[in-house]
Amino acid sequence: MPRPAGKVVGQSSFYAAVVTLVVFAAFPFYWMLITTFKTDGDLYNLKSIPYWFNSPPTLEHLKYLFEDTLFVQWLSNSALIGLCVVAITLLVALPAGYGLARMPGRSGENLSIGIFVTYLVPPTLLFLPLARVVTLLGLQDSMWALVVVYPTFTIPFCTWLLMGFFKSVPREIEEAAIVDGCTVVGAFVKTVLPLSMPAILTVVIFAFTLTVQEFVYALTFISSSREKPVTLGVATDLIRGDIFYWGELMGAALISSIPVAIAYNLFLDRFISGITGGAVK
Amino acid sequence: MSAIAEAAAPRRPPRSRFTTFDRLEVLGPLFIIPAILYVVVLVGLPFLLALYYSVSAYSIFNPSWTFVGLKNFREVIDSEIFRRTLANTLIFTISAQIIGLLLGKIGAMLLMQEFPGRRLARALIVLPWAVPVSLATLAWVWMFDSLYSVINWTLVAAGLIDPAHRPQWLGQEDLAMIAVVTVHAWRLFPFGVVIFLAGFTSVPQDVLDAATIDGAGFWRRNYQIILPIIAPIIMIALIFGTVFTFTDLSVVYLLTKGGPINSTQVLGTLAFQVGILSGDVAHGAAICLFLFPFLLVAVILLLRSLRRREI
Repeated sequence: MPRPAGKVVGQSSFYAAVVTLVVFAAFPFYWMLITTFKTDGDLYNLKSIPYWFNSPPTLEHLKYLFEDTLFVQWLSNSALIGLCVVAITLLVALPAGYGLARMPGRSGENLSIGIFVTYLVPPTLLFLPLARVVTLLGLQDSMWALVVVYPTFTIPFCTWLLMGFFKSVPREIEEAAIVDGCTVVGAFVKTVLPLSMPAILTVVIFAFTLTVQEFVYALTFISSSREKPVTLGVATDLIRGDIFYWGELMGAALISSIPVAIAYNLFLDRFISGITGGAVK
Repeated sequence: MSAIAEAAAPRRPPRSRFTTFDRLEVLGPLFIIPAILYVVVLVGLPFLLALYYSVSAYSIFNPSWTFVGLKNFREVIDSEIFRRTLANTLIFTISAQIIGLLLGKIGAMLLMQEFPGRRLARALIVLPWAVPVSLATLAWVWMFDSLYSVINWTLVAAGLIDPAHRPQWLGQEDLAMIAVVTVHAWRLFPFGVVIFLAGFTSVPQDVLDAATIDGAGFWRRNYQIILPIIAPIIMIALIFGTVFTFTDLSVVYLLTKGGPINSTQVLGTLAFQVGILSGDVAHGAAICLFLFPFLLVAVILLLRSLRRREI
């Protein structure tokens, strides 16, 4: 769809529209950034223009965040939870996606849609009974509860993605390996998995980002500061009484969300093709 | 690759193809069982437990499993707070979807054009949807701050509001509604942009060219050619967007905690307050289950859309 050339008015209103949308989307992140580096005197001053630094930028907030709060602990909790969930997801979803892809007829497809649909079951519907399950497992107030619960939404989505991918791997490759004396499992590990690295990488990134983004289960299951993942710790523990530590809060939000945003951006197209069931390539 | 080459060189006498298929068929289901078990044990059973909670008198102070029938549901429906909550949830969901889809379509149409900085613009526009929602919402809490709100500062500087009567975005009933809808729409519209972009790119150029030659103008191309082609994709996006907003707890919890005076209470936050904070698990579960009929509709629609794309 080429744009009619030479229309200055059309041109500038086009850019005005782009800029408006970009500002609407990105301003809160600019706000996080500038708040992080402003001095308190500058932040809490109604007279000065808030959009830019009125006194020199400071690293005070970041220093406080890293030295006097549990921020580093929360970050490492999130990373550990993410890694464990990724491991569980791969262990369960890889064979499942493969098994479904190789099921005869349409039964695999139907079964996989059944598993995919559970991705629509939201934490809001399950947090009460799962709180009970977590207690039964003796995991209340522990981040291991999250390691157990998070695969409930990563497994359905990742199984679905992997099944789509395994279907595109020709059956003849693993059959050749089996003919050659491999077991079914051996053929899968030696021939299919090495070919599937791009899909596996996608699954790793998604399971990790979905896990890091989660908030509701963490809020419900965990109350000790030391056990919290970063989303929960920042949102609940950086507030002392009614006073918000905005510099620290925004710094923490920025540092923990930017890596997730970058990873997500890189794999966005695959996520879309997964969610629309491969209708869009 | 080397594994394939190795595999291709026969070392043992080949077995018959029959046993190969036989074994794949036996092992296939075994491969799937762990996934199914995980989902059944941690999604299916908890769901049944939620059902039982909702017809019991269970609370954390009195964990009794006494069956009370539909009493909890009746009490929940009779409560004025619940009715307001249900209305709020619908209002938030519908308005966020409408704004999200509109902005999503506009954004995608803009990003379909080639212009310098297009990739950067796309990356920035996708940000709200990519970052953890709880952290992004914190930025809005700060922007809506009662005293140091940058939005109010801008409005005062522009002479649009009286500095003595600054709006309390999160403290006035009507404004709090607007604030929650804004954050939901802000979070959702990048998803719309991405989906519409994917849809637009999937429309074959020759179809568009043919239509243009046949005399179809901008609007006609848009609504009679592009929209019908991308409708199934938009449908799927709408289903996911609706489910995410309808069942959301974190945005409202962090922005307003459902206040002021329950004016922004949604099913998720109310269930959290009743079921976890007050410990009345039975009533909390009953509130949550009002999400279910709605989710069922979403699942059915999703199944139909997923099938349609294959026909």
